[in-house]
Amino acid sequence: MQLVRSQPIVLLASAALWLSACAAPAQQPANKPAASAPTGAPASGSSAAATSAPTGAGAAGSTIKLFSSFPMTGSALGQTQTMVNSIRMAIDEHGGRVGNFAIAYEALDDATPAKGNWDEGKEAENANRAVNDPDVMVYIGTYNSGAAKISIPITNRAYLFQISPANTSPGLTKPGKGEPGEPEIYYPTGVRNYARVVPADDIQGAVAARFAKEQLTVQRAYVLDDAEAYGRPLATVFYNEARRRGIQVSPANGPESIDRQATDYRSLALRIRQTNPDLVYFGGVTQNNAGKLWQDLRATLGPNVKLMGPDGIFEQAFLDAAGEAAIGTYVTFGGVPVSRYTGKAAEWLQRYRQRFNSEPEAYAIYAYEAANVALDAIQRAGRKERNAIREAGMNTKDYDGVLGRWSFDQNGDTTLTTMSVSQFKGPRMDQTEFIIQLSAE
Amino acid sequence: MLDLEILLQVLVLGLTNGALLALVALGYTLVYGIIELINFAHGDVYMIGTFTALTVVLGAGLSRSSPPLTLAAFLLLALALAMLVCAALNAVIERVAYRPLRHAPRLAPLITAIGVSFILMNVGLYWYGASQVRFPDILPNIDLLQALGLSTVVRFSTKDLFVLVVTVPLLLLLNLFIYRTRLGKAMRATAEDRDAAALVGIDINRTIALAFIIGGALAGAAGFLSGLYNNTAWFQQGFRAGLMAFTSAVLGGIGNPTGAVLGGLVIGVVAAITDFYLDPRWTQAVVFGILIVLLVFRPSGLLGEQVPEKV
Repeated sequence: MQLVRSQPIVLLASAALWLSACAAPAQQPANKPAASAPTGAPASGSSAAATSAPTGAGAAGSTIKLFSSFPMTGSALGQTQTMVNSIRMAIDEHGGRVGNFAIAYEALDDATPAKGNWDEGKEAENANRAVNDPDVMVYIGTYNSGAAKISIPITNRAYLFQISPANTSPGLTKPGKGEPGEPEIYYPTGVRNYARVVPADDIQGAVAARFAKEQLTVQRAYVLDDAEAYGRPLATVFYNEARRRGIQVSPANGPESIDRQATDYRSLALRIRQTNPDLVYFGGVTQNNAGKLWQDLRATLGPNVKLMGPDGIFEQAFLDAAGEAAIGTYVTFGGVPVSRYTGKAAEWLQRYRQRFNSEPEAYAIYAYEAANVALDAIQRAGRKERNAIREAGMNTKDYDGVLGRWSFDQNGDTTLTTMSVSQFKGPRMDQTEFIIQLSAE
Repeated sequence: MLDLEILLQVLVLGLTNGALLALVALGYTLVYGIIELINFAHGDVYMIGTFTALTVVLGAGLSRSSPPLTLAAFLLLALALAMLVCAALNAVIERVAYRPLRHAPRLAPLITAIGVSFILMNVGLYWYGASQVRFPDILPNIDLLQALGLSTVVRFSTKDLFVLVVTVPLLLLLNLFIYRTRLGKAMRATAEDRDAAALVGIDINRTIALAFIIGGALAGAAGFLSGLYNNTAWFQQGFRAGLMAFTSAVLGGIGNPTGAVLGGLVIGVVAAITDFYLDPRWTQAVVFGILIVLLVFRPSGLLGEQVPEKV
């Protein structure tokens, strides 16, 4: 009897793994809008449709392909769809061409329906597809820092230029700011091929801590994370910076990771209440159950304890998931929120609204900038050769884009370091109130 | 802040969650008691219950500011529908996936159970997507202890009360049914000796189907309550809840309805205590640790199975 009882658990568990590995294509139709915008290029052609120009040929009239890899299944779609839109927009504004090359673009999905979130296997598959397609010259991605850890080593071996509009984990590029061995382990050739147009989390976490101390005059803070490659290091930066600034941080041994599959966080909230904090900080993304966490924190801690999170929850999906509990939450974000765009950014916003008849989410403008930097690199390289384009891309200096004038430093990080803090005021993103622009000091 | 008050608060949490577990655990135990089958799709039936209730709540556009009568009417409808859908679903599962295999080797219905579990999970995935969905918070949330004028940090709200108000009558009704009605007697007889029960004229197929229907209805009620109480719905919620409920059933002595309720409450409280005093990451380890220790020293569970020859 004992044997029969224990077997099903093992079976069920291994079967569940199998389920998450090869999920049913239940949500595929949700991806379709991705292909709706006109680009003058095949929106979702397979590699079979690729022209077979040999790498480095630079023949007149040949096609250069850009791939992007974001989670396009699940709740991140609200955000990533506007990013894909922006990339298409950038290419179309170049007339679909750079020099002699026609530009084709394909938006890949690195999420699975069963996870509703990015997936290691899918990301590796996407990166390999890019590397093995001789026409692909730039890989735009990823959205999640954890996914970048998978794809960078793959694109690196092919000297393929990878540019991310959204990765913020410091360890991807900055020596000494991440885990031991980072970032060298991501660059097996020893040559850098990865850059990002968004400020990293060593800045974001520090700005959040500075804001908590200086603006909110927080005395005691409780720090949580979602145990992922993006959330955990970010929460750790916040934790250390907050302590350095004299905030009393709990728990005693560093940020506490939540169980993203839990049905409730009441016990956790109760434990947090015992430490009597003024602020609870969560490093993580919406897709790791942040909405439910917020509900239980708000219900148990009452209206006076402040809640704060990073750019990973700066999206409509979070407001939907957390409901009323989201209102009053402080959020940090690279650059400024959509409502505060000025100059070139404001002009871009106008064009975006006109073309797509909708509002872009926070990362759309970064995707637009990343695509433009990629096109600029192709222009300056002047050849259809991965290494030349990689070198041109990594050497982007004094770029005058929608984000302002900036350069990539030797690590591939943007020289922009301004972050902003906003506060959710209602159930829609456009009701978000901008509070302050801050640097990490 | 007194530590005792915190302990009380943790107990309230544990008992409410435990009551939900008990409802699900009963479904495992009823079915096992009769045909010695572990219905691994049961947790997913519970998930479908939450999704059904969520569909009603969203469809009716309920919110906390809805008129009380409308709210009550639609909540009743949601409860009835969730129970009905899950009962029917469980009956269909029994008819399609288990009955044809009743005399097959024991591994066969186990495999179909897992298959059905996956089918239901994918139905859930298609229904509301892969992320956790917010279940609107529509129950009035008034702290009863404060309303009574007690000065304490312990919260016992109308939401907690609601769970008990729905669960306890259901448990009493089930008890009455099993021990005071002819059909209940037939169920007990079938559990004790299927062939002998058939010989005295009991319709075995109908009795077994009845166990599935009752188990499904209870899972539907639990799904409804979980949605309203936890304010979240997820296509994989049935997997973990099912595992915990199954553990509760084994802990209490599988096949024994009273044991399932006791097991559910014990596991609910143990989980809440570990969550609070230790670390949520240890909760499952502690729960299963207790189960292993118990099974080593008391293989038939806390109360044991009521039918001695089954053990």
